[in-house]
Amino acid sequence: MNEKPTNIKDVQEATLTAAGPILPRGGGSKPALSTPTNGVMTLEMGGLSGIIEYEPEEYTFTALAGTTVADVMAALAENGQYLPFDPLLVEAEATLGGTVAANTSGSGRFRYGGVRDFVLGARFVDGRGQLARGGGKVVKNSAGFDLPKFFVGSLGRYGLLVELSFKVFPQPPAFQTLRIAYNNLEAALRATFRLAQTSLEMDAVDLLPRRDGCALLIRLGGLAEALPARATRLRQFLQEDTEAGEASIFSDEAEAQLWQEANSLSWTPAGASVVKIPLAPKQAPALEARLGDWPRRYTCAANVAWVATEEIAALDHTLNEMGLAGLQLRGQTTDPILGRRRGAALAQRVKRALDPKAVFGTNI
Amino acid sequence: MAQDPFLRALSQLYPPDRLLTQKAQLMTYESDALTAFQVRPQAVVLPTTQQEVIETVRLCHAHGVPFVARGSGTSLSGGSLPVPDGIVIALNRLNRIIKLDPEQRTAVVEPGVVNLHITEAAAPYGLYFAPDPSSQPVCTIGGNVAFNAGGAHCLKYGMTSNHVLGLKAVLADGEVVEFGGESVEGVGVGPDLIGLFVGCEGLFGVALEITVRLMPVVERYRTVLAAYDSLERAGKAVALVVAAGLLPGAIEIMDRLAIKAAETAVHAGYPPNAAALLIVELEGEAEQVEQEFQQLLPVIERSGATEVRVAQNAEERATIWKGRKGAFSAVGRLSPDYVVQDGVVPRGHLGEALAEIDRLSREYGLDVANVFHAGDGNLHPLILYDGQQPGALEHAEKLAGEILRLCIRLGGSITGEHGVGMEKRRYMPELFDPVSLETMRAIRRQIDPKGIANPGKMFPAKDAPAQSQP
Repeated sequence: MNEKPTNIKDVQEATLTAAGPILPRGGGSKPALSTPTNGVMTLEMGGLSGIIEYEPEEYTFTALAGTTVADVMAALAENGQYLPFDPLLVEAEATLGGTVAANTSGSGRFRYGGVRDFVLGARFVDGRGQLARGGGKVVKNSAGFDLPKFFVGSLGRYGLLVELSFKVFPQPPAFQTLRIAYNNLEAALRATFRLAQTSLEMDAVDLLPRRDGCALLIRLGGLAEALPARATRLRQFLQEDTEAGEASIFSDEAEAQLWQEANSLSWTPAGASVVKIPLAPKQAPALEARLGDWPRRYTCAANVAWVATEEIAALDHTLNEMGLAGLQLRGQTTDPILGRRRGAALAQRVKRALDPKAVFGTNI
Repeated sequence: MAQDPFLRALSQLYPPDRLLTQKAQLMTYESDALTAFQVRPQAVVLPTTQQEVIETVRLCHAHGVPFVARGSGTSLSGGSLPVPDGIVIALNRLNRIIKLDPEQRTAVVEPGVVNLHITEAAAPYGLYFAPDPSSQPVCTIGGNVAFNAGGAHCLKYGMTSNHVLGLKAVLADGEVVEFGGESVEGVGVGPDLIGLFVGCEGLFGVALEITVRLMPVVERYRTVLAAYDSLERAGKAVALVVAAGLLPGAIEIMDRLAIKAAETAVHAGYPPNAAALLIVELEGEAEQVEQEFQQLLPVIERSGATEVRVAQNAEERATIWKGRKGAFSAVGRLSPDYVVQDGVVPRGHLGEALAEIDRLSREYGLDVANVFHAGDGNLHPLILYDGQQPGALEHAEKLAGEILRLCIRLGGSITGEHGVGMEKRRYMPELFDPVSLETMRAIRRQIDPKGIANPGKMFPAKDAPAQSQP
């Protein structure tokens, strides 16, 4: 079997001739998702790389799935465009396909949406080695089942993504970030609930709990001329509340660095397992109470928690008790899906349709 | 009829006033907004609880009886056209707003809730439900979910699918599934089942509970109306706006015929004699929008418009939109009948598409009014015809088909937001290759093994010749 295909036919061939189950691997930036367990073979997708179509006037592009996010971002940046879903782990060479399969959007997805809200079309190789497609290349499309969205978070278990089309937006010309200190997570959360009653437009809203308090980090993006007034307005609004502490405003390099830290997960200890946990913001305090000393961060106004820990079994237990699901991105694992996941019965049916012989493993 | 075991079972589930079988009662349900087609179902049921829906679907599955779920019947693609040997499950009475959380900006609603009512319930909290199809005062969220409804304001924040966070549904074989929840991340772990279900055109089952995300009401709009002496110039203006790096909330164009219709119907006071009208609307935080407007206005003023108007207040803004939002029904006054299409082309090909539609319109001898979401290349040609004339509908449908083929040729889609429904299913094999279509069929078979959930939609009839089948 060709373990590093360079074209779609190779991928189909690999699927047809594989002696055992296949697990695709992009840049290896999320090793818990791409490190095979016993008997499973890795299929390196990084050889399927390159932007196939990109017309800046259309605000869409199509690229092979093994293209690195960094390469895509560079091409977009030349035309003043960007990926609004803030794909994670850009420096670690995350690929488009891996980002879709893992569903790893970063803090910046708060404003306009995650991977699922920007993927337009997908071509994939199914368990029979057939090449199929869903969606298209235009920003509005209601024809057929929305398979591109289904593949978001599909972890390589239903088909191998080979080509993807995305919608993009104009790059915000400038950013400023406001950081405000609170005594604890609950207080910072209350601030986000107050913000939810306003029409302020924020690119990112992250909560960083520490032993001695919780920082609220809010990113504003847009025309440079408007930013100072917007940042002042935001600060004044938040500081109307007596719970709000010291505020600082960041711009330029220092500002970019704050979000680079989020994107690269560099706030987590090297070698620690990292788990992504979607949750309703009001569940955050209950989760927080059970995380002990584990480094963690809440993104998207506490709609997503990111936890770094070696104690995966303990975290799994907590998630099960709280009815939450988690996706382990780094660290040792036999199954990166933790906690309690819903809808498996529906996923199972799609699995039977796309990969009846479990060429991509038996997990769904 | 009383002997039929299926109907007998249904009559044990529903009282007589919620199980309709008399011809006069069934007439309202025979058609949706694709009025050229009417099919009488066997019966119509009106559930008031989710459990009734579940039991109904299970009965249908047990007896092999097809069912069509229906909201307000506003589908423009025949998406809720009944099946003659099947039933209609009318969901308007399943209309509770179960929960609304303004701090988390979410709402949990039943499928029969009217789209605009969600916005009305959210309004006191400074929130609204963003997807705004023009039928929103009437259409239901269940229908919006089934067909991934869009509207004029999809540019920035997307369509229905981008605003659904959780779903509970009964699948076609009776299994109840739940996925997603109240996180804005939606499903978040594992494949995006919400993305799969939204837009499935009722082929997977019936949504029972839908968790939607709410957006903050827009603080500031800046709405510009510009008139042009040619559609081409209006299209070029759109390209200029986009090239300026702006991301408006809406960009709409109406052509001469659509303008004339709208004026006659709603008297929006549009500039007379314009060949095309362009509406560009910025939305967002006041400070940001004002700065964007400083960039937008010069672009419009230099685009060759014959007249430029800027809405000075909410009333003027509403007036600008009144004509556009009422365009379809206004066009309905110009002609006894019309067919509305929903193709999509890459935005850069809009000019070419419109020129070709104009040529086709003359070739077919049929008037076509054009109203479209210029920002995302979503066309709505309204093909006017007189249904009393023998063969006129078929002739109009043939022109519609040519327009769809044009969209496919230009790299677009046969439907941007109305869905395939019954109306466009014969074109699916022209848009998707056989393997891709079969893949979708295979998924459908796993979820609806008996093929009873909204049959006759999305997929072409397998053995029928392409042209003779609706």
